[in-house]
Amino acid sequence: MLTIRNLKSYYGRMQALKGVSLHVEEGEVVSLIGANGAGKTTLLNSIVGLVSSRTGQILFSDTDIIQRNPRQIIRMGVSLVPEGRQLFAPLTVIENLILGAYQRYRKDKKSEIKSDLEKVFVLFPILKERKSQIAGTLSGGEQQMLAIGRSLMAKPKLILMDEPSMGLAPLITTQIFQIISELHKQGTTILLVEQNAEAALRISSRAYVIETGRVVLQGMSQELLHNQEVRRAYLGREYKEVWE
Amino acid sequence: MSLGSQLLQYLFTGITLGTIYGMVALGFNIIYSSTGIINLAQGEFVMLGGMMMIYLTTIIKLPMVVGFFLSILIVALMGALFERGAIHPLKNPSVITLIIITIAASILFKGGAMFAWGKETFALPAFSGEEPVRVLGATILPQTLWILGIMAATVVFLIFFFGFTLTGKAMRACAANRTAASLVGINVKTMVLLSFALSAAIGATAGIIIAPIALMDYNRGTMLAVKGFSVAVLGGLGSNVGAVVAGFIIGIMESLGAGFISSGYKDAIALVVLLLVLFIKPGGLLGSKEKGEFKKF
Ligand SMILES: Nc1ncnc2c1ncn2[C@@H]1O[C@H](COP(=O)(O)OP(=O)(O)OP(=O)(O)O)[C@@H](O)[C@H]1O
Ligand SMILES: [Mg+2]
Repeated sequence: MLTIRNLKSYYGRMQALKGVSLHVEEGEVVSLIGANGAGKTTLLNSIVGLVSSRTGQILFSDTDIIQRNPRQIIRMGVSLVPEGRQLFAPLTVIENLILGAYQRYRKDKKSEIKSDLEKVFVLFPILKERKSQIAGTLSGGEQQMLAIGRSLMAKPKLILMDEPSMGLAPLITTQIFQIISELHKQGTTILLVEQNAEAALRISSRAYVIETGRVVLQGMSQELLHNQEVRRAYLGREYKEVWE
Repeated sequence: MSLGSQLLQYLFTGITLGTIYGMVALGFNIIYSSTGIINLAQGEFVMLGGMMMIYLTTIIKLPMVVGFFLSILIVALMGALFERGAIHPLKNPSVITLIIITIAASILFKGGAMFAWGKETFALPAFSGEEPVRVLGATILPQTLWILGIMAATVVFLIFFFGFTLTGKAMRACAANRTAASLVGINVKTMVLLSFALSAAIGATAGIIIAPIALMDYNRGTMLAVKGFSVAVLGGLGSNVGAVVAGFIIGIMESLGAGFISSGYKDAIALVVLLLVLFIKPGGLLGSKEKGEFKKF
């Protein structure tokens, strides 16, 4: 579904991605782990076109989207749940969700969008309760759910999630991961970026490890979970606990 | 005339002025909230609206209603053209660059108007009759009722547009978070264009309805922009309710000041208020603290 070849991204003269190649098959959950500043966000932002100075190849359903802008890319069915949620804070929950479907209003039936809204409410009952609340006043967990809900409203074929558990309490994090696996069961394709490597590896089938703009390791998540290197670098705390 | 009815008279005048200032402030707000730009050419839209209406109805002799909507449309197009010509081509402009551009545009519009219509002052007949209505010893011109009515209609339109249409919501979304807006597929640049057109249209409307009582010439825009800007700041930049309320406050202060102190000082009042607000409460009456700071374009 998504194939990236030799992707290089730049912020001005600074090169943040130094030739990344990866692929995500339909129906798969693939996770991407790496330390702070490794280039995970840059990678996701390059896929959707938010980082526009990029070279290489990004094939989505066999179309190269590297020349396209975010608007065109989202219309093709790629949706990003951005780092830090990026909600429309002064707008209500329902307005945020409706705007998630913004680009569909011209081509899709209103009833279809409405039924997708109901589906989001089934997945996140709390959002239905908080429908008229101002998004900026939601709790962190609710905001993350809204960010996911908003991206689902675009009816994406591929969802990119950037650290959905960031800043959330363990209980809420578990809930978010449950929702991700629920989405997976429904057949959604997901590329998941996470600091919480343990949880990400448990939920995904395959994973990539990225370091200073390069993929340094890839494989089945199960294997990476038991890989010494990965354990030491990304599952550090637990590793220590085992030995202490 | 008793003191009571005199006060009432000043109040009516103040409300009329305040309505106009409020509308100019609404124009400032629309562009400010979707782009962070203070459009100092806002007053020129008001002037152009008035002049265009006078030209279309008294010189070309189009019917009032046609002239009204056509003037608004033409000025809205000018607003759009201004955005496409001067704002759109810039890549990552700084706030100060943008402000200087709007000043340049304001000079250009003013020059254009002088070139087209000369330096004379023009009058526009009132929309319906000049016979004042007596209320408790004071008088109201029928045009004042038009002004209030059209202001109310504009506010209702804006509430409907921003609250209930997809495009209106998308404009608010752009104002709230540009990155997220482009992530859901909103064309941010189009929304900026729209905000210039809309704000020019509202400015033009203000110019048209005030022309019958205030007369119009090429040079009217600047002072109206200053007043409107003071109102927008007092109300809290970006707050539309604030704009309407602050419009009445400054309008009434001005008319009381002119009546009881001296009409020579009336233009200074808005400026004094502006300075006071900036010193004491830069966020304005109804604005949030965050709004008091400049947004990044
Ligand atoms: N807008 C930007 N301008 C310049 N440099 C940037 C920008 N955004 C990111 N960078 C740089 O690019 C590199 C990769 O950053 P990126 O945000 O992709 O990392 P990350 O893996 O997402 O980190 P984190 O886990 O902290 O979110 C970093 O060195 C960062 O400083
Ligand atoms: Mg990141």
